Amino acid sequence: MNKTFFLLLLAAAFAGQVNAQKYFTRDGTISFSASSPLEKIEATSRGATAVIDAASGAVEFAVLIKGFIFEKALMQEHFNENYLESTKYPKATFKGKIANIEEVKWDKDGSYPVKVKGMMTMHGVTKEIKGQGNIRVQGGRIIASSDLELPLSDYEISIPSVVADKISKTAKVRVEVALAELKR
Amino acid sequence: MNRLLTGAGLLLVLMLGCSHRLVAQDDLLSLLGEEETTDYATASFKTNRVINMHSLENTHSGVLDFKINHRFGMLNQGAYDLFGLDNASIRLGLDYGVTRNLQIGVGRSTFQKMVDGYAKYRILHQSTGKRNMPITLTAVAGMYVNTLKWADPDRENYFSSRLSYTFQALIGRKFNDWITVQLAPTLIHRNLVGTFAEENDVYGIGIGVRQRITRRVTLNAEYMYLLPDQVREGIMNSFSIGADIETGGHVFQLHLTNSTGMAEPAAFTETTGDWLDGGIHFGFNISRVFTIVKPKI
Repeated sequence: MNKTFFLLLLAAAFAGQVNAQKYFTRDGTISFSASSPLEKIEATSRGATAVIDAASGAVEFAVLIKGFIFEKALMQEHFNENYLESTKYPKATFKGKIANIEEVKWDKDGSYPVKVKGMMTMHGVTKEIKGQGNIRVQGGRIIASSDLELPLSDYEISIPSVVADKISKTAKVRVEVALAELKR
Repeated sequence: MNRLLTGAGLLLVLMLGCSHRLVAQDDLLSLLGEEETTDYATASFKTNRVINMHSLENTHSGVLDFKINHRFGMLNQGAYDLFGLDNASIRLGLDYGVTRNLQIGVGRSTFQKMVDGYAKYRILHQSTGKRNMPITLTAVAGMYVNTLKWADPDRENYFSSRLSYTFQALIGRKFNDWITVQLAPTLIHRNLVGTFAEENDVYGIGIGVRQRITRRVTLNAEYMYLLPDQVREGIMNSFSIGADIETGGHVFQLHLTNSTGMAEPAAFTETTGDWLDGGIHFGFNISRVFTIVKPKI
């Protein structure tokens, strides 16, 4: 009797742990390009945070706008000051779900394409976005990546007519994060 | 009894499972804990000068800023000189950001054919977050060489007589995205002055403000108050007002000022224009930046 009870308790604890398996990073890479033939506009942040819940497929990303480094310091200043208004809106966040999370074998090497859907918040505007991603498991390392295209007008990022030719209307965003197990 | 316990166990399993599901739906990132970062105030001014005065901003590290500063003649010169447009006083300058906080520069002015060099170091940087600092404090030290031919070549002239120096502190705060104010206690030392009535050391207190009016345009004003009885009769306090217009890689500063020279001793201790009498120059500064050392990404 007691044995059954403890076995069940054990099972419950285990089941719980498997359910609670989460992966995270604090130094993920997010880069974007809004380049035009006239001007190279690219920036990278290596300080993105992310958490993926392997059980539910829930995904969250956050990145500080001021953490994006440009080649040209003045461009970086204008990006913060005039376009993204980072004092007012310091972070960009994504909160969503991986639809086919059960297809990802976290303990088996391989590359698993995933479908992601969720809410992207940037410059004070929240929009639903959908995208493709990839989770690669290789020798215990887990790398999640995705390529997105975000129209700047969706996020009320206004581009003055003088520089309209120099900036692409769409930002191509590349996300690549190496994930570690989240232990609590 | 046995059945009851099994039932309780199952319930426990269910509850545990559920509780984990609940956690999973919570804010996932909060599991990482909030990492506190320091948020430094940036772009307190559009460029490293208010108008003639240094501003709280430093040239970014690895960036070279080429400056073309130009003042026409005075408005009260009248129609014959097209209200000053026939005359020009310029300073060509290069500013370079050595590190995040250290900036150096050189310049050459029409006024007194002056060659100047300076270093500017940011001691405190306004920030919030992990490191909280309400103000920015910057120190500027400059040296200036008047390279005009000697007024009297027959007497014994010393090179040191050509030199003057500026020591200045900039204390200021970007109050919000729109308003920045800075105070600038200033000491200008001239090795040689013209008369006994003038002091070699001239103390002044400057104030510089900027008010942003659109994302890319700001209004700027600066005033340098000199303590009384230090400079010769007819020297006015320097007052300038203008607008900064930023277009991608350039900043255009358009202004009205009563100072003819642009380097500190020229602008602040040799100003003869009187605002009330139309002794005003129309002028502009053009700033063009070049990235010399690309940042590590």
